[in-house]
Amino acid sequence: MGVHARRAGYILSETMTVTVLLFASYADALGKSAIELDVAPGSTVRDILGTLLSMPGGDRLPPRPLVAVNQEYASANTTLHGGEEVAVIPPVAGG
Amino acid sequence: MRVALVDGPIDVSALISEVSDDSCGAATVFLGCVRDVNEGRAVTGIEYSAYRSMAEREMTAIAREAAERFGVAHLVVEHRLGTLGLGDVSVAIVVAHPHRAPALDAMRFAIEQLKRRVPIWKLELYVDGTREWIGAGSIPDGVR
Repeated sequence: MGVHARRAGYILSETMTVTVLLFASYADALGKSAIELDVAPGSTVRDILGTLLSMPGGDRLPPRPLVAVNQEYASANTTLHGGEEVAVIPPVAGG
Repeated sequence: MRVALVDGPIDVSALISEVSDDSCGAATVFLGCVRDVNEGRAVTGIEYSAYRSMAEREMTAIAREAAERFGVAHLVVEHRLGTLGLGDVSVAIVVAHPHRAPALDAMRFAIEQLKRRVPIWKLELYVDGTREWIGAGSIPDGVR
């Protein structure tokens, strides 16, 4: 059970959830195409990538892959607030 | 102006009809097709997949940018997903305009941007039964 603090009428949770989407070779590497991650509030894209890279198969991802947050390309410094869709994008090859 | 990801064959004639009217003195068509050889390896087909919601968003952004930059109003982009065989059309870009230069420029702009930015991937299938993800794209400017 998570620890909650009740302050001024708000319930503050110590974790938040983001949905990580994986595609193409990255989905093959981790053996899945979507992962729900519980992370600390204030986590950044870089933190999410660190978690992914430490998972089984994560060593097959490049150290700094391209990322999109809510369908827009984002930097590793982007702060997450919970509920975001974080997509890890292999080199694109349309056309 | 319209963009779409499609799961079946692309009807190029229908796209030309869609964008052309009596004001258009020029229509340009770009078709991307599945090629039989890539980097010396014999190819039997390509499996295309996408991050659909973002791909549609990026394709829409590219169409808007092309419209603004070249003053074209009649433009359609379709990209096909799924397993395609040799010669199948994977992407079609059709632009119509009163004059040829904006139509040619907008078409070129749209395909180059699509290949750089739109999250679509190719799993190439080879004659020897092996398959490989193709990573030809570059990382968009301003990321990281």
